[in-house]
Amino acid sequence: MSILTAILWRLAKAALTLLAIAVLNFFLLHAAPGDPAVVLAGEAGAADEKMIEQLRERFGLDQPFYVQLGKYVGGIVQLDLGYSFRQDAPVSQLILDRLPATLLLTLTAFGISLVCGIALGVAAAARVGKLSDSALTTLALLFYATPLYWLALMAVLVFSVWLGWLPGFGYETVGAGLTGLDRVLDILAHLILPALTLGLFFMAVYMRMTRASMLEVSQLDFVKTAKAKGLSGPAIRRRHILRNAILPVVTLAGLQAGQLVGGAVLTETVFAWPGIGRLMFESLAARDYNTILGVFLVSAAMVILFNIVTDIVYRIVDPRIGATA
Amino acid sequence: MWKRFRTNIGAMIGVGILLAVILIALCAPLIYPHGPWQMVQRPFLPPMSVDGLPLGTDTLGRNVAAQLAYGAQVSLLVGLVSTIVALLIGVPLGAVAGFYGNWVDEGAMRFTEFFQTIPNFALAIVLVAIFEPSLASITLAIAIVSWPPVARLVRAEVMSVRKREFVDAARLAGLSRPKILMTQVLPNTVSPIIVMASLMVATAILLESSLSFLGLGDPNAMSWGYMIGAARTVIRTSWWLSFFPGIAIVLTVLALNLIGEGLNDALNPHLSRKGRA
Repeated sequence: MSILTAILWRLAKAALTLLAIAVLNFFLLHAAPGDPAVVLAGEAGAADEKMIEQLRERFGLDQPFYVQLGKYVGGIVQLDLGYSFRQDAPVSQLILDRLPATLLLTLTAFGISLVCGIALGVAAAARVGKLSDSALTTLALLFYATPLYWLALMAVLVFSVWLGWLPGFGYETVGAGLTGLDRVLDILAHLILPALTLGLFFMAVYMRMTRASMLEVSQLDFVKTAKAKGLSGPAIRRRHILRNAILPVVTLAGLQAGQLVGGAVLTETVFAWPGIGRLMFESLAARDYNTILGVFLVSAAMVILFNIVTDIVYRIVDPRIGATA
Repeated sequence: MWKRFRTNIGAMIGVGILLAVILIALCAPLIYPHGPWQMVQRPFLPPMSVDGLPLGTDTLGRNVAAQLAYGAQVSLLVGLVSTIVALLIGVPLGAVAGFYGNWVDEGAMRFTEFFQTIPNFALAIVLVAIFEPSLASITLAIAIVSWPPVARLVRAEVMSVRKREFVDAARLAGLSRPKILMTQVLPNTVSPIIVMASLMVATAILLESSLSFLGLGDPNAMSWGYMIGAARTVIRTSWWLSFFPGIAIVLTVLALNLIGEGLNDALNPHLSRKGRA
């Protein structure tokens, strides 16, 4: 299968999956206890009798079930995610405003975790059985067991409250009126703590995976051949073992994208990072179901897109995949 | 097998921590008969400042140590029950898919893939938010987002076991297909399932605490995540309110992970020195 057909096939599958999630959302709205119209209006206190009547009309709640489903899913296909009565704005607008911050945070965290995770995994595998290997593995195990949001809070406590090194709150200094490079640096300073805490857990995951994969590949025959040729240890690791060991790590990284987006909800909550995760948290307290479900759908779309990108990268890196799939 | 497990230092440390947590959870009503919600002293007392309150008091003057003890009950209960429910969904689905193959496999795997694509924490949030936070909805939501890896694992195991000779022998002996699956194939897939289950309890505890942290905990049950969530806004003045529950979560989850690794080394000795992701 050529890369183009593969991409088209993936896109078709992605569209189907998103459609299925839209249907799921519809059923969830109706499964919520209470009148769907009231549920849609949210417990914002804004729901007077007249508005609920309008809602009933707009979503066809007085019509048969399949008509309602059609209207709802049809709306989503046209990127109409409904209206947030709590925030008095279309959900798609709310999400669009917040999406860049989330993309910046998750992609930075992903980059940090992948690069550091692979580097540490390679380092640990090269020193297998030694003290530094045990230290790294233990550390990874510890990060693996640490709740993300707690790590984030502790990071705020240490680096922001006690040491005062980094801002622990928000996206940029409010009212500082910074422009150009100063503004970029200001945002970067705000980005460090959220991105690091979000990335640490995944770094632990990738490190363990890389270490295991490196050790596995180093047992293979072609590595023996390389050794017999007289290549040095670092050269073998870099050119022969790592290149083969990295493939399962990339696969795993693609699969983990969903967790990264989920983790963003927690990190953004702690750091008041103005992304869609924080939006979801704010909507929870207000029972703003339209917004909650909208963020859910968009985060799923992000994950699917991410998976497609890793899949393409994977095919380019390893031509064998295309040949067998 | 037990011998191999016993000589694994990490696993034994894990068992020790877990037993301590279980003991605390069971004894909570004996040590703190007034429950975790009772006001006992002035609010915001730092740890060790007043006798009998080693971990201080929270924003409403409640005993942090008592809250931790009762929180252990919730974490362990939700972790265990949600894992059992996830196994009840994942094992039959994976077994049937792997054993019968063809369109059954195709359908089951598409279904599993769909659930794997959805960001699982976001789905858990949506489910709990819609069905109102309660221990039942939290447990169910965690189970719903945790079963797909089980189904995939069981499917792969069943597919490899069903090609073995003793399965052919059972077929020749005239056993029906469901009976072969139940009595011959499934029992041979138990050890990887046990390993996965112990790691799933750990993940479930993390998930439960994350949900409670976001305010989606059962309002009638004290939990570690709720404690941290409630203390989030006072982190600048009262660090201990979020510090101790976090330590409790780390220790419990770490213990379960260590036990899971120990079990893996003991049950699959040929894989033991490779480590896992």
